[in-house]
Formats: sequence, C-alpha cells, structure tokens
Amino acid sequence: MEADWRLATKRNALQIRAAMIRAIRRFFTDRAYLEVETPSRIPGPAPEAHIDAIPSDGWYLHTSPELCMKRLLAAGYPRIFQITRCFRGKERGSRHIPEFTLLEWYESGIDYIRMMEVCEEMIVSVAHDLGHEGNITYQGRQIAIDRPWEKISVMEAFRRWSGVSMEEALERDRFDEIMVGEIEPRIGTKGPVFLYDYPVALGALARVKKTDASVAERFELYMGGLELANAFSELTDAAEQRARFEEELKSRRASGRAAYPMPEKFLAALPAMPESSGIALGVDRLAMIFADRESIDDVVAFTPEEL
Amino acid sequence: MFNASDLRKNLKIQIDGDPYVIVDFTFSKPGKGQSLYRCKLKNMINGNQFERTYRSGDTFAPANLREKKMQYLYAEDRNYCFMEAETYEQVYLTEDQVGDAKNFLSDNLDVEILFFGEKPLGITLPNFVDLTVTVAEPWAKGDSVTGKSKPIVVETDYALQAPPFIEEGEKIRIDTRTGEYLTRVKE
Repeated sequence: MEADWRLATKRNALQIRAAMIRAIRRFFTDRAYLEVETPSRIPGPAPEAHIDAIPSDGWYLHTSPELCMKRLLAAGYPRIFQITRCFRGKERGSRHIPEFTLLEWYESGIDYIRMMEVCEEMIVSVAHDLGHEGNITYQGRQIAIDRPWEKISVMEAFRRWSGVSMEEALERDRFDEIMVGEIEPRIGTKGPVFLYDYPVALGALARVKKTDASVAERFELYMGGLELANAFSELTDAAEQRARFEEELKSRRASGRAAYPMPEKFLAALPAMPESSGIALGVDRLAMIFADRESIDDVVAFTPEEL
Repeated sequence: MFNASDLRKNLKIQIDGDPYVIVDFTFSKPGKGQSLYRCKLKNMINGNQFERTYRSGDTFAPANLREKKMQYLYAEDRNYCFMEAETYEQVYLTEDQVGDAKNFLSDNLDVEILFFGEKPLGITLPNFVDLTVTVAEPWAKGDSVTGKSKPIVVETDYALQAPPFIEEGEKIRIDTRTGEYLTRVKE
C-alpha cells in the first residue's frame, strides 16, 4: 500500500499549526487567562439569522462557545480563553469548513477598542514565537505587522470603496454582497486592518455605541485578505439581548430555518456579567497565514471529503 | 431541484430554458452575514458567460440533458471525436465544449456525452482516470517520506504535482474532479 501522499504533503503546515497553537496557549497562560473547556453539544446556539447549527440528538453542536463562556464571565471568571472545535452547517469553501477551530477569549473591564490592542499583542507574540519579525509573507504579499494596526469604520469603508452608503446597502439588502465583492478585496493589502462599528442589526450580541445608536461596538480583523476575527463590546442588558434574539429568530423563521430555543440560562446570567469584551478568532485561517497556504484544506489533517 | 448549497464547479443547471454549466465557483460568508455563492455560468449552447451571486433560498432546476455512454477516439483540428460502441455513431465536441476535460482524455476512455435534444454539448468524465507519465525528473532516493512533491506531465500534456518516486512511463490515477494525483497504478 502506497503511503497517502497528499496527507504527507501537509506535514509542514500541520507542524506550523501545532507550533502556533502552542504559542497562543503560552500568550494567554503567561497573562493569567484561565483556559476553559465548555461542552460542544448544547441545547441551542445563540440565535443568529445566518449561522446554522448542526442538530445532535435533540440538541445542537455548538457554533461557538460564546454562551457558556459568558456564563463563566458572569460567574466571576474575569479572563478566560478556549480553543475548541465548532460546527456550522453548509459552510464549505476555500476558507470554510463545517468543523473548524475557534479561539475565543473574554476579558472583563475592557471594551472593543482595548480588545483590538490585545488582539494585536497576541498575534504579534505568536508571530515572534514562530520566528517572524516585522513582516509575514502570505501568498506572495508582505503583511507588515508593526503595531498599531490600521482601523477603518464600516461606514468609511463603504464611503471609500462602494458606490453606495452603508445605510443604503443595508436598506437594499446588499450589505454582504458589497462587503465581499467590493470592500474585502481592497482592505488590508499592506497590513492587518480592524474594520469597526457595524450596523446594530449585524451584531446580535454586541453593545450599541453610546455616541451613535445606529452602530454596534463590533470589529472584524482582516489580515492577508482573510477575515480572521470578530469581537464585541459585550451586550450586558438582558432585556435588550432577548429582544435582539427575538429579531434573529423571527428572521430565521421567515426564511424557513430552524428556530433555536431561547437561551434562558444565558439570559438569566447576563445581569451579573460585567462590562467586558470578547472575541472569536479562526484558528484554521490564522494557520493559513502562518503556513502560507491558500486553502483551509491545507491546514487541517482531514477535510470532510477526505474521510 | 438544487439548492444554493448544492452549487459547485461543473454543476449543470437550467436557466430560462437553456442549459448552463458552472465554470467558476466561490463560497463566501462575511462574518455574521449570509452565505453567498458566486458563480460564473456558461451557456452550454452558445458559450455566453455571465457572473452572478446566489443566496441561500435560491433554487435551481437541473439542466435537461441526456447522457449517452461513448468512447473517446481522437482529436483533430481542435475537435474531439467520440463514438458510441454499439451503434458506431460518432459525434464531435469543440475544444471549448470539452473544456478542462481534455486534460484527462486518453484513447478509448469511456465518458458520458451530454445531449440537449439531438445536440451534443458537453462531457462528464469518470471520477478517476489512469494516465501514463511522460515527463518526470528522476527520483532522488530518500525523498518519499518527507511529503515532498515534484512536477510531472502525463500523456495528455497535463502538468500536475506528484510524489518524488513517480517516474516516466509509469501509470498514475488522477481524480478528475480535483485534477490531483491519487496513486500509482501497477499493471
């Protein structure tokens, strides 16, 4: 029997991936974050319009560890992180795989602006551990990782690169299309970029900005053309959170998708949750950057098609 | 009927009565946003192409095509000749209609020819084909375990990556859906 050559060609990428995950753990444990493990199988994920959970014996496989981690936050664990497999149905492409690895971390007492700095510190620290200084080459392009990284508001990004304003794009239901087709290809060509202040409707678990009620305190990190991480100043108002979930569920029902159960225990814990910020980062995509691979298939040992 | 999540490269669907093939496909999903299925579609009758982004909820009818098992005979002046083994009926496809499949056509290969009415329009390949290696650097022993690869060329002039131990004259199996090397074939 001939050795599986395609699997063997992944060795270098898998080695970089493993070293990267070790470096991530080191960063957080050095800074006194507690590593936690929460269940993969839960009664229901956070209700969000466009994220499809995979059913599992009456419950669901988690699409992110967010709800459980916030319950820990509310119970008095102020700095926590987790590296875990998550599952999202029907997501498959060169940057998507239905079973993928998320890094999430939460910190009380900070907002999304401070979270941008933590995010920079973490990625720069990991890059140094992996032997990168100043620049990372990804798919033939240089990514300059010197801090601080560029920050562009979503509204400004629409103004700069799209023919229509953010409000107009939302109204015409073209926000996602313009984001993917016009904006994403043009941002962060030289270095990482934080895109921030998303429309409230696109951040179901994010706090509304005090100075502008039309946007939520949410950011996304882009690096090397990849959308790498999503973060919020966390919404801590239980009544508002319930109303937002109801909106999301309404939208799910309207499009004929499974309506998840309202996460009552999470909502009950929310009033005790301190002001905080949390972030979810795609570990596979970060591995794509450090291993300089074009497809997510190249940084996981097995894709579903290979099983 | 197909759903948007069924869309992929080479899928054939019907639009306004005409058969179309998806020649390029990208799945994207901006954070917290909806799934977008960007397709480049080619009209299988007149060759016209257009790009369109579909969303979940969109549905598609399969292209109304008839498949007939035929054998590949030869290519001449950028036309590809196929024959039905029992009736000796022969049809021709243009290079454009054959598309990337030309990389995998070896003499007498059994394929499915797609007909729209009486008109041959396209081809469906078997998932795996065996082809002879025509160009490969000699093997430097000891390379095989490290997961290295080297460029090779097969009899159809198709170039791909293969393990270092593959040598000229050998037969290899290729997955026609990905165009990638699978294994060495011992005869």
